[in-house]
Amino acid sequence: MPNSTKLVVDCSTGVTTEIELTAEEIAQREADAVAFAEIKAAEEAAAQAKAEAKASAEAKLAALGLTAEEIAALSK
Amino acid sequence: MALTFVSIATVTVGSGGAANIEFTSIPGTYTDLYIVLSTRTNRSNEVDAFSLVVNNDTTAANYTMRNLFGVGSGTPSSNTFNTYNEEVAYTSGNNATASTFGNASFYIPNYTVSQYKSVSVDSVGENNATLARMNISAYIWKSNSAITALKFIPITGTLLQQYSTATLYGIKNTV
Repeated sequence: MPNSTKLVVDCSTGVTTEIELTAEEIAQREADAVAFAEIKAAEEAAAQAKAEAKASAEAKLAALGLTAEEIAALSK
Repeated sequence: MALTFVSIATVTVGSGGAANIEFTSIPGTYTDLYIVLSTRTNRSNEVDAFSLVVNNDTTAANYTMRNLFGVGSGTPSSNTFNTYNEEVAYTSGNNATASTFGNASFYIPNYTVSQYKSVSVDSVGENNATLARMNISAYIWKSNSAITALKFIPITGTLLQQYSTATLYGIKNTV
């Protein structure tokens, strides 16, 4: 990590201290980053799958003879 | 007139940046807490986001969040998470308009009462362009313990930039 210090404000004294992250904290940050990236990748995959399913459904409706306006009306 | 809305502590990030900001030893002498952030991170993007860890509790199952957000164009969306490690508030990343800082506020009522703690959030990653995120979110920390520490961590960026600020206020319901 390019910067491994945190700002800690002790509200009982009002004193702010710049403290090096511990190895445990750095490991937690790295694990959190990986977990967050996995969540975002899953979200994007789900959104992509949903968009593809919608496009497929619209194509099938068009093949049945529905107009673009009729297909659009179904999703409103 | 007696003060019912009091600044407990404020902090400004110095030239070296900071990995995160923590308020510790928060006194239990108020009714509610209110936190205001003005921040910008080093993420190479227009926007970034914060996670919020309460009392250093990193057990994901102890958190639930519902987020309603807009991204500057298209239809606003929503998502739900059962972890602290998500976008509870947005802020500006390093590619946002120069010298702009994102804004976020967190309202935590009854933070010492022996019941689950709710947090209401609204935020925006300021950017003078179409791509800018804003949200309102509802957040629950599923613990009966009083809140004594709050940690705000950039999710993707690795540090908060210089001049970022955070202020913690205490609110009393009686004078």
